[in-house]
This record gives sequence, structure tokens and C-alpha cells, in this order.
Amino acid sequence: MQYSGFRVIAEGLFGNRGWKPAWRDPTPKPAYDAIIIGGGGHGLSTAYYLAKNHGLTNIAVLEKGWIGSGNIGRNTTIVRANYFLPGNSEFYSHSLKLWEGLEADLNYNVMHSQRGLINLFHSDGQRDAFARRGNAMVNQGDDAELLDREGVRAHLPYLDFEQTRFPIYGGLLHRRGGTARHDAVAWGYARAADRRGVDLIQNCEVTGIDIENGRVTGVQTTRGAIRAKKVGIVVAGRSSQVAAMAGLRLPIESHILQAFVTEGLKPVIDHVISFGMGHFYISQSDKGGLVFGGDLDFYASYAARGNLPMVEHVMEAGMTLMPMIGRAKLLRSWGGIMDMSPDGSPIIDKTPVDGLYLDCGWNYGGFKAVPASGWTMAHLMATDQPHEVARRFRLNRFATGHLLDEEGTGSQHNLH
Amino acid sequence: MRLTCPLCGPRDRREFYYYGAADYLNRPAGGDPAEWDAYLHLRDNPAGQTRDLWYHETGCAQWLLVTRDTVTHSISDVALVAAGGASGGGIAAKVKPEGSA
Ligand SMILES: Cc1cc2nc3c(=O)[nH]c(=O)nc-3n(C[C@H](O)[C@H](O)[C@H](O)COP(=O)(O)OP(=O)(O)OC[C@H]3O[C@@H](n4cnc5c(N)ncnc54)[C@H](O)[C@@H]3O)c2cc1C
Ligand SMILES: [Zn+2]
Repeated sequence: MQYSGFRVIAEGLFGNRGWKPAWRDPTPKPAYDAIIIGGGGHGLSTAYYLAKNHGLTNIAVLEKGWIGSGNIGRNTTIVRANYFLPGNSEFYSHSLKLWEGLEADLNYNVMHSQRGLINLFHSDGQRDAFARRGNAMVNQGDDAELLDREGVRAHLPYLDFEQTRFPIYGGLLHRRGGTARHDAVAWGYARAADRRGVDLIQNCEVTGIDIENGRVTGVQTTRGAIRAKKVGIVVAGRSSQVAAMAGLRLPIESHILQAFVTEGLKPVIDHVISFGMGHFYISQSDKGGLVFGGDLDFYASYAARGNLPMVEHVMEAGMTLMPMIGRAKLLRSWGGIMDMSPDGSPIIDKTPVDGLYLDCGWNYGGFKAVPASGWTMAHLMATDQPHEVARRFRLNRFATGHLLDEEGTGSQHNLH
Repeated sequence: MRLTCPLCGPRDRREFYYYGAADYLNRPAGGDPAEWDAYLHLRDNPAGQTRDLWYHETGCAQWLLVTRDTVTHSISDVALVAAGGASGGGIAAKVKPEGSA
């Protein structure tokens, strides 16, 4: 069923009785040409582009819970292309371009809103660093404008510019940055993949990976064994466990990241604001809630909830930056399990097992990467060659020293 | 979350700095790149019981080897690294990261 404005009106006139489920609920077949483990944003987009770009439609996505139950439904929805290092820069640039055509491509409203992202800086040294980053973004073909303090004030008059600890010197404005509705991205890719014949199999946990003579032959699941010549592991925070089923030990440590939302308010914050020095960022959802977050809880964890010290820290940072939000009531907080890599950059690569591919290490920036990750992972799985814009996301780069350490914080997993 | 430091008793999580898995105690003696890769990057990353290193930053300034559950956050053991909670000698100096002192 094609979605359109006309359809919404027509359905409205006839009691909305004509809508159909957005995707099928198939029983697993005994064998597929390819299997994707993990029905998060990256798994779904990989399946979609395998079908769309490479004509592979006899494929299945195996999800242990339901579509949208993982980080794809837990993130703070920021979409941007403001990376600095070659390797990251072209990848996120490609992703943002895909975002810009995504709704038409998927025939789904993902509420992509390019409302502009402002990264604040608080010293001369930081200004230089942001000027350099902005130049790298412009050289990549993306947009960046360096704002001085008055330039920031014109956009964000409500910030506390004179706070003594981090007085605001200016900001880097990335106008094409913004947000999107996270669940809608999962649902849009799920529906679009299903329409191309992909089987989305929920409540199906992969419990083993079958390997014969160094080659993958299929997977064991809670819904039986399924054979496939190609298998992609796309399970974000659970990457270490699933890779261990194939005897692999990954450069990943899983950490908890929390986020928060207030009650719905009238529009007060038009942009996405990032206050890096305070570990705080914020935007306002289309429902009116202020959506904000901070840094990791900092210790390895698989609990999808955090601890109070980080809650307190994030609230303090928010109050430092914009005291006006102090009277808003917090509605909910939650956590997601982040696959932290030792350089903060992802891995999209083959594994030492033939036919087994890996897409992980998204740290806390994998939402914006959903389109390009699927695009390049599908290319890798279909052609056995890394895609041009993801060619540096190698699994062995840690051993060879070709790190992509965007923040320059060294090889400690929780510092990225 | 609280950790019971062997020297200071039960203390709030905010007094401690988390470094990483206990793998950091097995610093390679030689120059084998594969060993260094394992030491710096590769992790078991278990969902369940784990052992990792914490530094009692605003307490006794000792490195601690903590045994805990990554799913429930319950802590079953806290030992002093310097008292032999780990392999090799002089460990405390080895595991001290930059900027944590
Ligand atoms: C609080 C928070 C805020 C964030 N904010 C941002 C942001 O503003 N911008 C941004 O770009 N990124 C952000 N992120 C990061 C982003 O959400 C993740 O990097 C990204 O969603 C991870 O990829 P995914 O969508 O495929 O993961 P997931 O949705 O977690 O998908 C992985 C799936 O694999 C399934 N799975 C696991 N094990 C198995 C198994 N054995 N068998 C079958 N299925 C299995 C899981 O159930 C899960 O559904 C944030 C994350 C969090 C938690
Ligand atoms: Zn102590």
C-alpha cells in the first residue's frame, strides 16, 4: 500500500478501515541467500539496500525482540555530518545525503527536520579547533559556519552567555544538521524492506552460528536452524556475544548511555544545541518534549538503565547552559547499550570466517549512520568488497595502528 | 551504586574512576603486535560477571579489582590490585592512566 496525503484524507473519510499492517509476520524459511542478525536501524537498512541496490530479496532479518526495541528506539535522534577525519568525513557526508532523500525513497515520513545544529565553544583554543573542523566539513562538501558570540546570541538568545566556568565564545553552525523521528526510521526501513520481499522475523534470537571448514553455513535460533551462505552481524550493544558464537573476540566494550525527556512544552528550542564541555545536548521534539542527554555512565554495562550520578550531572549541565529549562518537569529517562570501540569509530568489515560480516562499533553516534551503514554493509555483503566511503572501517585497523580517533582520546573504550 | 573499598569501606560511585576490563593487568612483556592489540583493544565484554579496574580517586588513591555483574550492577568482590588481586608485581604503577591521578 502506497502512503500519500490523498490516502490519509481518503482513509479519514471512511473510518480508517482500509489500513493494512505495515509489514508481514512470516515464519522463517529453512534457508535464505543471506541473513541479517539484528532488526535495529542498521540491520533493517542493510536488508533494504541488499534488496534495492543488489537485487537480493531472498533474505531475512532475525530480531530477538521486536522491531525498534533496541537503540534505534532509544536514541536522541540527532542527524549530522560534522566529522573531521578522512574515513569518517566521507561516510557521514554520504549518510546525510541519503537522509535528505530518505522519505521519498522509503515512502515513509521519518520527520527528518534539518533545523540546524550548533556546537558551542568556550575558549580561543576550542574556537581554532572548531574552525578547523568547519573547514574539513566544507572541504567534504557539507556546510559549516563559524559563529561568534553575537552570532550565537542571534540564534539562541536564552543561553547563559556569562556563566563563569564556560563562558560562550561562539559556535559552529551546521545548518543541514537536525533530527528525525527514531521509530519512524525503523518502521520506514522495515516496511520498505518487507515490500521488496525481505522476511522480517521478530522474537527470533540467534543462539549459535554454524561454521564448516571456515565458512558460515547458517544460524541456530530460538525458532529453529536457518541456513544461509552469508550472515551479517548487526546487533550494536550485543556484538561481543553474537561474535563470540563464531569464536571472535571483538574490540568492543558495552556501555550504558542515558537520555531524558520533559513534559511537552510550547516551542522554545528551535535547534539542536551541543554543549560539549558540559557533556550536554538538547533539542525539542515535535511533540514538545525537551529531549536531552549527556555522557556515558562510564562503566561497562548491559543494563538498559543508568545510575543517578549521571542524571544529576546532566541536569546540572543543562541548568548551567540554559537556566530557563529549570521549571520543566522531567517525564522519563532511559538507557541504551552502546557498542564502544577503542577509537570511537565503527567497524564494517568481513570477519576471518568466510561469509560472515560485521557491522558494529557505533558508540553513541549510530543513528545518523543508519542509511550509510546499511548502504555500505549491503555493498560489502553483496560484492565482498568494502564500499568506497566505508573502506577505513576495518576490523584489523586496531592491530595495524590505523585508528580513526576523532576525539584524540586514546584507546580506552569509554572515552569516545 | 556503591563500591566497598577494602581500605575505606562502602563509598559512593562518584568517588571512583572506571578504567576498563582487568585485561589491562596483563601488559605484554615483549613487542608482539598481536599481544598489544589484545591488551589494548580486544575484550570479552561479558553480559554477566566481569572483573574490571576502578581507581579510588577521591579516597585512598588505590587501584581496585572489582568483580561485578554487568546486567544487574551487583558487586560481589572488591580487592586491592596492589595486594595481589592480579598477576605480576608492581601492578598499580602499570595500570595508572593519564589524567586520573
Ligand atoms: C540514549 C541514546 C542516545 C543516542 N543518541 C544518538 C544521537 O543523537 N544521534 C546518533 O546518531 N546516535 C545516537 N545514539 C546511538 C544510536 O542509537 C545507535 O548507535 C544505533 O541505534 C545502533 O544501531 P542499531 O539501530 O542497529 O541498534 P539496535 O536498535 O540496538 O539494534 C540491534 C538489534 O539487535 C538485536 N539483537 C541483539 N542480539 C541478538 C540476537 N542474538 N539475535 C537476534 N537479534 C539480536 C537487538 O534486539 C536489537 O534490536 C544514541 C543511543 C542512545 C542509547
Ligand atoms: Zn579507598
